[in-house]
Amino acid sequence: MTPYHYVFLSVGMFVIGVLGILIRRNAIFMLLSIEIMLNAANLAFVAFSTLHHHLTGQIVALFVMTIAAAEVAVGLAIIVLLQRSRGTLRVDEVNLLRW
Amino acid sequence: MGVVAFTLFGGLLLAFMLLVIFSRHPAYAVLYFLAGMFCLSALYVMLGAYFVATLQIVLYAGAVLVMFLFVVMLLSLNEDTEGEGRKLARTAGAVLAFSFFVIIFNAIRGVLFSSPPESIAGVMGGVRQIGMLLFTDYLFPFEVTSLLILAAMIGAIVIGKGKMEGNS
Repeated sequence: MTPYHYVFLSVGMFVIGVLGILIRRNAIFMLLSIEIMLNAANLAFVAFSTLHHHLTGQIVALFVMTIAAAEVAVGLAIIVLLQRSRGTLRVDEVNLLRW
Repeated sequence: MGVVAFTLFGGLLLAFMLLVIFSRHPAYAVLYFLAGMFCLSALYVMLGAYFVATLQIVLYAGAVLVMFLFVVMLLSLNEDTEGEGRKLARTAGAVLAFSFFVIIFNAIRGVLFSSPPESIAGVMGGVRQIGMLLFTDYLFPFEVTSLLILAAMIGAIVIGKGKMEGNS
């Protein structure tokens, strides 16, 4: 299988993540969809690293994984605070700043 | 053999990700995501990125998804009965996602089904090779990442801590 097939798979996975963000209104599912998109980008990075026989793509994939973990930590803290203060995780109901 | 493995793990990966976004209960979604991470790690191994594959399992299965499950259990989240948006928003979202897929597919269609210039095997993504690059060429991003993790830790603790006494 050529690396291009992996890029195609990564595009499919990214679109599934976009679909998840657009149709789900629960904060945890939206965070999971963001993680799906990040992993799709990681797959594309590693596929292109194999294509060009250069390890840069894998190094960047490592950094993306680290940043994703840090971002999930902060995002989950925000979700916990949201549930505690608003009582709901639906992002449609967190609209105090909307005019 | 490679085709069978790629089709199996790729199909399973897409199926698990679809199950993640369409499942009702957040705990099930996290576990489907975990299964998808194992399939993704198998794909990394097939691409020759062994260190990335190992760290994928360690980081995602061991850290990120454990955090997700902790939060799901802490907040006692039940089935998300009214989780989806209105019907118009869902239809618009599906149309947008599909058109996005069509656009990106057309962008890479020219090279997608052509043969690659060289063989796929041979990029050794082992610990030694990644380490040699990580500590010479990419030393600065490596150190900055440690600062970023520190900032994320402090931020998560401050955000999740709640009210502090004596704070107006």
